[in-house]
Amino acid sequence: MASKLDRGPIEEVAAVDILIYGIVNGMTFALFAVGFSFVYGISRLPNFAHGALYVVTGFIAWTFINSAGLPFWLSIILSLIIVSLAGVAIYQFVMIRVRGMPISEIIVSFGIALAILEGLRLQGIGGFKGFIGPGYVLPRFIDGVVDTPWVTIDLQRLFIIAVGLFIMGFMWLFTHYHKMGLALRAMAQNERAALMLGINSDRMANISLAIGSALAGLAAIAIMPLGNINCESGYDVLTKAIAVCVIGGLGSWGGTILAALTLGLATTIMSVLGGTMWNNVLVFGLIIFILIVRPSGLFGQQKELEERV
Amino acid sequence: MAKEERRKERLDRGIKARTDGLYAIQSWREVGYLVAPRAGLILGLLILPLILPGLYWQRVLALAGVYALLALSFDFLAERVGLVCIGGAFVIGVGGYIAGGLNYYFALSPALTIPIATFGGALICTLLWLPCLPLRGIYFAVVTFMFPFLTQSIILAGGLLGSTEGLSPVAGFPNIWVGIYLIMVIVLLSIFGLRRLCGEDIGIVFAGVKDNDQAVLASGINITRVKVYALFIATAMGCFGGAFIAHFSGFAGLSLFAVDFSIMPIAACIMGGPGTMAGPVLGAFILAPLSELLRGLGQLRVVLYCAVLVGFILFKPEGLLNWAARKYHQFEHWVKV
Repeated sequence: MASKLDRGPIEEVAAVDILIYGIVNGMTFALFAVGFSFVYGISRLPNFAHGALYVVTGFIAWTFINSAGLPFWLSIILSLIIVSLAGVAIYQFVMIRVRGMPISEIIVSFGIALAILEGLRLQGIGGFKGFIGPGYVLPRFIDGVVDTPWVTIDLQRLFIIAVGLFIMGFMWLFTHYHKMGLALRAMAQNERAALMLGINSDRMANISLAIGSALAGLAAIAIMPLGNINCESGYDVLTKAIAVCVIGGLGSWGGTILAALTLGLATTIMSVLGGTMWNNVLVFGLIIFILIVRPSGLFGQQKELEERV
Repeated sequence: MAKEERRKERLDRGIKARTDGLYAIQSWREVGYLVAPRAGLILGLLILPLILPGLYWQRVLALAGVYALLALSFDFLAERVGLVCIGGAFVIGVGGYIAGGLNYYFALSPALTIPIATFGGALICTLLWLPCLPLRGIYFAVVTFMFPFLTQSIILAGGLLGSTEGLSPVAGFPNIWVGIYLIMVIVLLSIFGLRRLCGEDIGIVFAGVKDNDQAVLASGINITRVKVYALFIATAMGCFGGAFIAHFSGFAGLSLFAVDFSIMPIAACIMGGPGTMAGPVLGAFILAPLSELLRGLGQLRVVLYCAVLVGFILFKPEGLLNWAARKYHQFEHWVKV
């Protein structure tokens, strides 16, 4: 952080600092989680390949920008399209066969995730060097910082908040007012009844995976410029997405946002107080605690009885 | 226009029908038919350590035995009791740290630490997972999967139990044969013990909890108590594995919480045939050496491994042992429809 000369009293600065960075952190959590929550909420498929899709988007976009030399926006759109198609492929060729068997769904999607993430690090096959190292960085939308009396924040972090809010609003409107969104929600509530009303459940699951993967991609494009693209972040994203979904309750937008902001603020405060070491303890501890005390999450209502307890 | 359609017809072999009842003991051939697979398993596991070349592969075999125990307990919990528990790493870690800690701090001999770790560890795991028992399906799976990560972070963040360095040295076994035969005998005892258990009254209650816990509740049985029994048995097997690893490798550290211990048993179970008890053991004894063989390939190993896993789930969900049992008991031929 920049110098804190000619600013307010130090406690005030620290408080605002924590608040702002906590909100940014929370929005990152929310961006990680929306796609996962969307797919699980609608098609009951725990897409453990979510984190892998996140990482893949970053590398595809990087390849388009740096190796193919395409303009920034075009490569973003192309990579989002590709990653949605990947989501559809995952459902169409793999998940469709194991649907309804929870443990197989988890294993299969986690297997795909592992294969993708470790595959990206493969070395020496066909001259492929593997995506390792600090060289893989996505460009920021606009470089620059905003200086306020209390805190200095770069534009990319503000973009994360903006993108997060935009996605939340857009998805809410889409699932509440668009015909397809309504069909998706119908399937989430009662698949058989939706089938009787002429909603094709496989097509809806395909669409939900496509949208969910695109959301993972969007999160990648917004968040990755802050650091470099690495494969390990795939596992991290998955854990955080699950944490947010479990704590907030699946299928509840309000719960997802609130849980994400809570987790974001809590981890920020935690890293100020006790060091980043305790962050994981906090996240995992919260998940376990919430699942035990209130299994449907803070705000989850869907299928509470028959699924969890 | 009309495409000729065929289907595979399967018929039980005559000898299978004859050996089903008490009449099996009428001829050596039929007794042999019944005994051969079981004797094959027992003798196979007991002879395998003798014919392996060198210390390295014997160690791999012992590790495979631990994976087999974990796969067995996963299979028992998931297919017989309906609790999908993917926290194998946690159970191994608890067992390993108890045995390692007792030996490291109090210098107890393995003959004492292993039983203490087995039952004490099982008690700890059961008590910690007791509040999660009402959860079902993926939620129980997620909670149990998180436990090893949580413990690992606590140990790291708090600098407990030797933190990153772990506890070393932990006393080993007198010689490698003691270790290797200990694990083999325990694996065999567990297979046959669990099979016997599932045939008893309590086994029927386990199956009832899996299929319809409401019905079990309605007949006045406390399902949480039943689940606790099952969990205790399964975690005891895992904790034994952990204690064994700690003494076998002379080290108790964070590697005991490795995700391998959670994932590999599931892979073994799926490959070997879920619900068959002996299948997961078979799967573990195939997968563990295989992954050692592929170690030189680096990252490609994990990719191949996942491909095998996904392939088995998609195209051969019954697993190897069910397939083999079908070949053993039935003959099949194509018939026109």
